[in-house]
Amino acid sequence: MGVAAVESTDVRARGLSPLWVLGAVAFLLVSLVIGVLVGPIELGIGSVLESAAARLHIPGATTSLTPTEEAILWEIRVPRVVLAALVGGMLALAGATYQGVFRNPLADPYLLGIAAGAGLGATLAIAYLPEGLRGQRALPAAAFVGGALAVFMTYAVGRSARRERDAATLVLAGVTVAAFFTAWQTFVQQQNAETLQQVYTWILGNIPSTGWSDVILVLPYVAAAAVVILALRRVVDVLSLGDDEAASLGVDVRRVRLALVIAATLGTAAVVAVSGLIGFVGIIVPHAIRLLTGVGYRALLPLSVILGAGFLVLADVIARTALSPAELPLGVVTAFLGAPFFAIVLRSTRVGP
Amino acid sequence: MPRLIALLAPALVAACVVGLSGAAAAPVQTEAAFPVTITTPAGKVTVRRKPQRIVSLSPTATESLFAIGAGPQVVAVDDRSDYPKTAPRSSLSGFTPNVEAIAAYRPDLVVIAYDPKGLSSALRRLGITVVHHDGARTLKGAYQQIRQLGLVTGNAAPAARVVTGMKSRIDRIVKAARPTASRLSVYHELTPDLYSATSNTFVGQVYRALGLRNVADAADSAGSGYPQLSAEYVVASNPDLIVLADTACCGQSPATVAQRPGWDHVSAVRTGSIVRVDDSIASRWGPRLVNFFRALSSALGRLGS
Repeated sequence: MGVAAVESTDVRARGLSPLWVLGAVAFLLVSLVIGVLVGPIELGIGSVLESAAARLHIPGATTSLTPTEEAILWEIRVPRVVLAALVGGMLALAGATYQGVFRNPLADPYLLGIAAGAGLGATLAIAYLPEGLRGQRALPAAAFVGGALAVFMTYAVGRSARRERDAATLVLAGVTVAAFFTAWQTFVQQQNAETLQQVYTWILGNIPSTGWSDVILVLPYVAAAAVVILALRRVVDVLSLGDDEAASLGVDVRRVRLALVIAATLGTAAVVAVSGLIGFVGIIVPHAIRLLTGVGYRALLPLSVILGAGFLVLADVIARTALSPAELPLGVVTAFLGAPFFAIVLRSTRVGP
Repeated sequence: MPRLIALLAPALVAACVVGLSGAAAAPVQTEAAFPVTITTPAGKVTVRRKPQRIVSLSPTATESLFAIGAGPQVVAVDDRSDYPKTAPRSSLSGFTPNVEAIAAYRPDLVVIAYDPKGLSSALRRLGITVVHHDGARTLKGAYQQIRQLGLVTGNAAPAARVVTGMKSRIDRIVKAARPTASRLSVYHELTPDLYSATSNTFVGQVYRALGLRNVADAADSAGSGYPQLSAEYVVASNPDLIVLADTACCGQSPATVAQRPGWDHVSAVRTGSIVRVDDSIASRWGPRLVNFFRALSSALGRLGS
């Protein structure tokens, strides 16, 4: 797909410096450790480490936690940390991908109507599914289908304009589809006022404490999306120059863009389905990395995965503990922390995106 | 002192603030006690003639109106008033009310629980009397609302009887259940993402009356009364009793609760002390409150034995 051609050309975006990779990985590891150690229930660092050692069958290690504390640690807290990492990594990756593919610095994972479509799917499930099916399993499926369908419609509308080479057309189509789905969702919600609370908490976004089941649900999509996008990461650098430039460099713009959009969409739809709408991560993480390091997409995309994961794990720690034992909506935390942080980054750097 | 006045001048009592006269004094009033004035949290309301065309936009008020014998005076109830079945359910909404649609029923009294966007003032401008009974905060407040509905609809005596009946049944249940309940803790679940209700809410007052310790109380730093608890906390606080008020909305059941990660260690799950309450009973503060108490007491009875 023209990767060789790309490498031989004059695209000189800065690559991945080992120092940044080390720093990013260290940040993620520290975040994960904090995520596992800190929670509304004080388990004690030593006890957690002992329990981990016992789980890893390190000889001589025994856990001093009670069975209930063991369950809290391994069935509630650890899977939630892992899920937060998957969701954060996926959102940041999808945001960075869309920004490159659509050459739009304001693009976020919800650009092509995923949020509106998933919201409609979730609302329809909450309002109309028979009681037995309405549980936690049907809702993600409905949100996933709704999100994917909205992006598919966006693509169809954009193509019907016969200007599918133009990224701006697709973004406009996304705005149109999102407006339509949002109106439909609001109508259904208004007709079923008793669902208001449930729809509202879903839209607010949070990392659920559903144990490993949601991790297993989301992992294949996130893994597949990450593999596809990271394999094409050098092509994103070329696409970000412009369609004509990319085509002249031997890139099949339409097919590559379709592949990237499908990967980012399926990954985002999967994480939106379990976690609702978490704003800010997809925009702020890639831009902060770009401003701090000045790297091109081929380095930005992998860094976004790692740092997005670490950022959301830390944000979720705050969501779990700030009002402990009550919870704070995660979207509040991401924006409340992300906005000032980004303002500082904007102020202290002179490198444009 | 208020009781003395009530005995001397029944008409005067009917016209004065209801809250002052106890339930025992109420049966003295005659049905012809109009005009009548009551004081609700939303303000004073005077009803001049016995209403014949009542519209209820509050499911709780609908239940109370039918329980106190005002049913024949009710011409329409809102779309969520699903009890009793004989209530004239309409497409009127209590959440997104349309003044014209309400006025089309030519009501002389409208009872609401929620007053969005100047609903009550718009109705008053049309010459319609409005009683705004917000969600009760205490058992006392719930009784008071039923008595006030009795007064404004000309059914004061049956309303007082309904309240006395509720009180005596609830008192009996509380007395029997308290010795067991006062040693136990409860977790009240509003949604599957663990929104709960503290002792500062109406449903929390029910648990408090029984002497149960509410695990949500520790979590409400914001004072909303409805905090969202973290799963770790609920499992660690190990409630003896779980009350599910999200069975109809969200398909929760003792089985789904037992499947949640880590919850198999919770005492209520191990002993099977999970009460499912009809969402509408647990979220209303009308005469069916007794049913809620009864459901709780039978679960507590099983725990005690």
